[in-house]
Amino acid sequence: MPEAESAKPLPVVSFLKIPEDGEPYLEGYKCGACGEVFLGERLVCAACGARNKMATVRLADKGTLYNFTVVHRNFPGVPVPFISAIVDLEGGGTLKGNLVDMVPSPEAIKFDMPVNVVFRDAGRKDKDGNSYLAYFFTPAS
Amino acid sequence: MTEVYVVGTDMIKFGRFPDRTVPQLGAEAALMALDDAGLTIHDMQALYCGNLYEASNMPGQRVLREIGQTGIPVVNCANACATGATAFREGFAAIKAGMYDVVLCVGVEQMGKGLLGGGGGGSGIPTEGLLGSGTMPSVFAHVGMEHTRNHGTTFEQFAKVSVKNHHHSTLNPKAMYQIETPLQEVMGAEMISYPNTKLMCSVNVDGSAAAVLASESAAKRLGLMGRAVRVRASAMTSDPYTPRNLVMPDFNAVTRLAAKQAYEQAGIGPEDVNLVELHDCFATAEIVHYENLGLCADGEGGRMIDEGETALGGRVPVNVSGGLLSKGHPLGATGIANIYEVTTHLRGEAGKRQVEGARIGLTHVVGMGSACAIHVLEKVN
Repeated sequence: MPEAESAKPLPVVSFLKIPEDGEPYLEGYKCGACGEVFLGERLVCAACGARNKMATVRLADKGTLYNFTVVHRNFPGVPVPFISAIVDLEGGGTLKGNLVDMVPSPEAIKFDMPVNVVFRDAGRKDKDGNSYLAYFFTPAS
Repeated sequence: MTEVYVVGTDMIKFGRFPDRTVPQLGAEAALMALDDAGLTIHDMQALYCGNLYEASNMPGQRVLREIGQTGIPVVNCANACATGATAFREGFAAIKAGMYDVVLCVGVEQMGKGLLGGGGGGSGIPTEGLLGSGTMPSVFAHVGMEHTRNHGTTFEQFAKVSVKNHHHSTLNPKAMYQIETPLQEVMGAEMISYPNTKLMCSVNVDGSAAAVLASESAAKRLGLMGRAVRVRASAMTSDPYTPRNLVMPDFNAVTRLAAKQAYEQAGIGPEDVNLVELHDCFATAEIVHYENLGLCADGEGGRMIDEGETALGGRVPVNVSGGLLSKGHPLGATGIANIYEVTTHLRGEAGKRQVEGARIGLTHVVGMGSACAIHVLEKVN
């Protein structure tokens, strides 16, 4: 028990990086041929088909809200309501996640509102008791 | 290449049949379609079977055990919500290629209740509700909200789709439901994922549908041209790359690409289409597909539903069967049930919901992942 609680959290997705000496960040892969940015590792560009042109890129921790829905019904055990948001990151990359720290009401949420990417405990543990670090969006202003 | 005709088709009344099996349900529709054509399993040269949830378990061969093991080739198809249309298209392609004269296409599905989608993210903990939502109502809420973002489409306009399709289903005895749902009831129903309420989500039901396809020479030889319907186009696409596609499935680009190909194959434009059965898995989806299929200009989808252009009696009736919203959506059966519906109108046999004078109809399905299939059917006589 104490071991698990004190252990370093694991990343909730493979493209969330937790450096030994620094702040967590999201890692993308950028195509050197067409410039498209993807989440997660890949060898070939889905946009242009170029091979061996992918390079890692540190994704921005700021973006704008492209799309959202307020989810009221979900699977048992998932707290509702919550905001499912799709965010375009500055400099490229699009990400889906929860928009938190605001009222989950369609009237309160504005398209194109600026958001920050923040990293917090996921609030869920796996069967071995490991903690996870997740990314969330928060209103920037 | 030969023309291809639908010479027999039928579907069972959609519902919940937990005591029956996928092969039994598929067999029922298959026999009904054979009866509609006046043919038997001995006339069939191949079977194309669409079924998603038992795809690894030879559903087509198990259907044949129920209706006659004649030794014909069986192709089992799985392509998400485009599964049934994929089976139909495979049969079409085989006849076009000259491999066979007469084939049977069956779509069948048994569904549980409840939410679909929302799988984990591959890590040690489930990510649904943690990294946004991937349930089907949420995915299609995002589709609708993109239309809201771009064109100002309202919750009320999306809700009107459900009012219309539930009304249509009151005229279709094979629909799961035959219940009017006034606007206040649709908008006041339990909110699932804004703006989709419970009455704006398609119904998970069990169902099956089947079609017998024939080449022109076979249809004439068998004396089946009288009620035959010509397949004027069969288009299928996978999702072309678009920005955000890998995070927010883009059902627009995949449909627009298929629509362009289908209209080109058929040598017609959207203005020539008299009725459409399109993929209203959620009310939000129907409005975006008006535009994707060219039934109206971009941004006009909301106006189209407001002005009743897509209601029975309107300029281009959409989902007069009740659609997935009210007829029900048994995934693998849906694509062929659409073919049954349009064929029935082109034959002038649709009863109270008949689209008068219909000569050309279009069917559309889209499976997440993604696959889009569009067929254009034409009255012959």
